[in-house]
Amino acid sequence: MASQETMPSLPGATAPESVWSGGVSPYAVVPKKLGMWLFIVSDAITFASLILAYSYIRVASVNWPRPFDLWPSIINANVMTVVLLTSSITVVMAVRASKMGRRGTTARWLMATIAGGVLFDILHIHEWLGLIGEGVRLFSNPWGTPMFGASFFALTGLHMLHVTIGVFYLGVIAWGFQRSKFTADDVEISGLYWHFVDLVWMFLFPLVYLMSAKTAWF
Amino acid sequence: MQATLVHGHPEPKRIFLIVWVWLLALTGTETLLAYQHVALEVMLIALMTLSIVKASLIIAYFMHLRFERRSLVLTLMPAVVFVIAMLFVVFPDSLRLLRMRPH
Repeated sequence: MASQETMPSLPGATAPESVWSGGVSPYAVVPKKLGMWLFIVSDAITFASLILAYSYIRVASVNWPRPFDLWPSIINANVMTVVLLTSSITVVMAVRASKMGRRGTTARWLMATIAGGVLFDILHIHEWLGLIGEGVRLFSNPWGTPMFGASFFALTGLHMLHVTIGVFYLGVIAWGFQRSKFTADDVEISGLYWHFVDLVWMFLFPLVYLMSAKTAWF
Repeated sequence: MQATLVHGHPEPKRIFLIVWVWLLALTGTETLLAYQHVALEVMLIALMTLSIVKASLIIAYFMHLRFERRSLVLTLMPAVVFVIAMLFVVFPDSLRLLRMRPH
């Protein structure tokens, strides 16, 4: 850590622990929060790569399948989106309660978020089983481009894995925060992860479902 | 934490509820758009634009980046946007293949 004696003339260096004096806390966040942000950035690039690949073959394919009827698939995907968005609100409430030191309330909001994540997974697995029942396999399906199955299951499967990991992560945080093993920062950091999972779905929902909705003209 | 508190108090719930309502409204708009008879590339651009708006709202408010120090925002966002933009440089080639579809 640089002191005022060694760096007295830096503009803005008004105190020994000036944020620009070298290594105190230039971002004003705890290190593990910065770590989560860096993880999110790297994971965003992973998902962006998959989304690029999916978008490319979706647009370029001559006979891409459109298996999703308004009922049940598109309605189901809308309900999944509402569930995930609502679980983001409950995690915001959990973070808010944790900052105010309300341990019981925080745990309850986190449990509500976990319930949202579990419901999302159940609805998604139901959707998967429906497609598998209709004959969709990784490299074949009854309707068109054989890669539909592989790309659909890879993209939504990776997202579902993130949701499932998030459910366990939030469960550990809820358990630990109530027992004073974790701090409000830990709740906030787990919330960042959950919001990211929500954010990724905001791209998958239109790309995977809406772009393959069965319409009167397709 | 100072970054989370405004004048010593958390942001009002109302802000987050307004953002949540907007996100739901944009989701509904996307679903309605999916049933409009427009060209595939127009549909893709429209849906992805709305998704970027939704993602921005989540990052700014739910992930709290709007209230963080600017140095954190400037470290994270331009880099990730640049990398993702570079990934998508090849995307227009898919539209070339679209034009080659048999009619």
